[in-house]
Amino acid sequence: MTTDNYPLVFELSKAGRVGYSLPELDVEETDLESIIGSTYLRKEAPSLPEISELQLIRHYTNLSKRNYGVDSGFYPLGSCTMKYNPKMNEDVARLEGLSHIHPYQDVETVQGALAIMYDLQTSLEEITGMHRFTLQTAAGAHGEWTGLMMIRAFHEKNGDYQRTKVIIPDSAHGTNPASAAVAGFDPVTVQTNEQGLVDLDDLRRVVGKDTAALMLTNPNTLGLFEKEIVEIAGIVHDAGGKLYYDGANLNAIMGYTRPGDMGFDVVHLNLHKTFTGPHGGGGPGSGPVGVSEEMEKFLPKPILMKQEDMFVFEHNRPDSIGRVKPYFGNFGINIRAYTYIRTMGAEGLKKASTYAVLNANYLMRRLQATFALPYPQHCKHEFVLSGKKQKKLGVRTLDIAKRLLDYGYHPPTIYFPLNVAEAMMIEPTETETKETLDAFIDALLAINQEAIDQPDLVQEAPYATVVKRMDETLAARKPIVKYAFHS
Amino acid sequence: MNFRYLPMTDQDEKEMLRTIGVTSTEDLFSDIPEEIRLTRELNLKPPYNETKLMTELTHLANTNATTKTHTSFLGAGVYDHYIPSVVDHVISRSEFYTAYTPYQPEISQGELQAIFEFQTMICQLTAMDIANSSMYDGATALAEAMTISTAQTKRKKVLVSKTIHPESLEVMYTYAKGHNIEITEIPEKNGITDLDQVASLLDDSVASVIVQYPNFFGQIEPLAKVNEMINDSKTMLIVSSNPLSLGMLTPPGDLGADFVVGDTQVFGIPAQYGGPHCGYFATKKKWMRKVPGRLVGQTVDEDGKRGFVLTLQAREQHIRREKATSNICSNQALNALASSVAMSALGRKGLKEMAYQNMQKAQFAKRSFQNENIPVRFEEPMFNEFVIQLNQPVTNINKQLLKKGIIGGFDLGVIDKTYENCMLVAVTEMRTKKEIEDFVKGVGEANDNR
Repeated sequence: MTTDNYPLVFELSKAGRVGYSLPELDVEETDLESIIGSTYLRKEAPSLPEISELQLIRHYTNLSKRNYGVDSGFYPLGSCTMKYNPKMNEDVARLEGLSHIHPYQDVETVQGALAIMYDLQTSLEEITGMHRFTLQTAAGAHGEWTGLMMIRAFHEKNGDYQRTKVIIPDSAHGTNPASAAVAGFDPVTVQTNEQGLVDLDDLRRVVGKDTAALMLTNPNTLGLFEKEIVEIAGIVHDAGGKLYYDGANLNAIMGYTRPGDMGFDVVHLNLHKTFTGPHGGGGPGSGPVGVSEEMEKFLPKPILMKQEDMFVFEHNRPDSIGRVKPYFGNFGINIRAYTYIRTMGAEGLKKASTYAVLNANYLMRRLQATFALPYPQHCKHEFVLSGKKQKKLGVRTLDIAKRLLDYGYHPPTIYFPLNVAEAMMIEPTETETKETLDAFIDALLAINQEAIDQPDLVQEAPYATVVKRMDETLAARKPIVKYAFHS
Repeated sequence: MNFRYLPMTDQDEKEMLRTIGVTSTEDLFSDIPEEIRLTRELNLKPPYNETKLMTELTHLANTNATTKTHTSFLGAGVYDHYIPSVVDHVISRSEFYTAYTPYQPEISQGELQAIFEFQTMICQLTAMDIANSSMYDGATALAEAMTISTAQTKRKKVLVSKTIHPESLEVMYTYAKGHNIEITEIPEKNGITDLDQVASLLDDSVASVIVQYPNFFGQIEPLAKVNEMINDSKTMLIVSSNPLSLGMLTPPGDLGADFVVGDTQVFGIPAQYGGPHCGYFATKKKWMRKVPGRLVGQTVDEDGKRGFVLTLQAREQHIRREKATSNICSNQALNALASSVAMSALGRKGLKEMAYQNMQKAQFAKRSFQNENIPVRFEEPMFNEFVIQLNQPVTNINKQLLKKGIIGGFDLGVIDKTYENCMLVAVTEMRTKKEIEDFVKGVGEANDNR
């Protein structure tokens, strides 16, 4: 047992030190106890750390060094689109006129902010081929739920209360079925066929009068384009259902095709993926939702409108599903996405998709001789390998992922999608150089060789990280989810 | 045209295409059927260079009135507070902001530990056993707590006080629809939850009673009394709370709350037009396995060294899919970090001092209005907000104030006719005595000037 635990901020605390400088209290003070009463006045202050400013900065700087981001190195995490987060976007989001405005200010005083929001909405409508967007939704899963609530409202408006099922491919992200459940639907699975695409026969089998919607990403979670999308849309629409587009994988198709043109009725986008809003270690994101004209009246309220030269919010929306978030969405993330779109324009966005797909295909072809490739056709922006050959050597995909840490890479997404054994889902993005891809390929090939020559080396990885493999069973069996203060 | 985020060269492209075995990138898109191909260029504004775009956006930003160019008394859920400089410096460390969710603990100890510290701080503030890694915002956190209360009690009815933030109430209605939850509103009386109504509405069909403390009007809800009225052992008390107020007020955990939620925007997060902010979610130990979203736990590595991991993931959507406790995936991690840094800077002493200043400055403002003969509508104890009764629409007053460089309070008339001509005034530690006096004077002048 080693003792060199990295200290918690609480362990640095010493009574009497401060790290703040508050404005002065320049008003006459009142006896609060007489006003508030003792029941509601706190007896003991919360145990927050007492540290100086330098201690604080060193603590968090050291923590940051124990973390790995896109700026640290290659981050080919499938389905997450870990592309470069432009620094200009950060600067724009921090402009005082955008960061220090209050959501309840008179709209006349925030027309600059509203102009950006409106232009972003319009741009997203064009990129996706949808009629109308809301920026209110906070993240992808939030967008999914919002979209499904709109689909529910649509069916209920038609008296179709029996439409309780949402069809979801077996390869889908876990948020899809979870969002369906939160919207009050029962998820139904549609199988993936041998080509890695939606099995149309199975789809025909599961659709019916109880179908509310089909949720689909296209390209799908295997990184493959659902080329029969028009027929899929026909099957679902003919049954009276709606088509929901999970925009997690939009990075593959910008300027090539649009969800609206494929027949989707509701779309959400992950601005923190395709449109470079940083992931922030898990958020905040932004998940705007776009709809067809028919669905517009169900959008969350209020909606942003342009009336002559003024941007205003319209609250009078009788068919709206209501509000899904306070205020107007994750404005700060939307600003970043907007800055990116304005930097790239139509040409740049299409090139981004082109190179995302080119990079993914290049990686896939260079790795396919070494790692099993379950679906051999061209991929889009990402692809899925199987580590089943290496598993026979006693090296699991998890081990390969951990060994990649020693080589200085963030590993791919592993064990997802669920329909590929020992899955490794790799998404390089367009912002990486060929040199980086080549070096990553070399690392994976070297690890494969290690798996053959000395599997235990891989099985026990990583070695170069600040901690080794963590005891996750202990964490779950005896949960410690906060610091225990010694009083 | 070349793009600075796209490093592909013609030669790279040629070599890569050769390796793939195709002649052009178009071949990689041949699986997109003709009928859905976009045959024109997207109709977007042309790409701008860095300088030109920064100039345009800076000009646009400068057209907005801000809480820096103006003196603000606007709160209603979003507040102008002291943000120590250290906050932005820490969250600008790109190892934090360009990282994904810490699924690989060996290279994510920084983020994981920061969240563990955040969870601890939230527990300290609220006096609860556990807190998660964050939610989108206070309103959706409240909706999630409501959902858990109905799922765990197998009851469909919740009582929600009309004194909670009106937009939280709206969000709860939307979530309630998805889960077929029945919301019964408890009316407001004298600016707080009508306790007589609580008594008459409570029965064994109620999953939870939901209140805000301090409430939307700034008043301190008598939580202890509400808790005493809940006799049924299954009925839960859910409290939405401004965490800054808990530097001075008795934490809801000591007053019987089962769930405490809210928004940490008050700690280090600028208003940024309403988002992103950061929801927090705290509860008792017995509901640990029902908590939505990510939870960081302490454990050890193979050498016995302390470390942190995402834990109890069997609650979450990526494992449990439709049986998950929530669909939340992305949360507000970076903003939770911002709040942690702000709370670390303030520390035990500073947090209390900041809360105290809010109360004292608000009390001073309230007295000043009373001295100006502008009635204060509710007389319950308050934190940093209160309601004044004017004799004309708040929008008129605010237009006058704006000319004087002041952003006035929230127009309560927009939520209900019964609050017509009522302004919700927020006074934080950022306001000076002189600013408060000018504001009171400005309101007085505008109010008389019919």
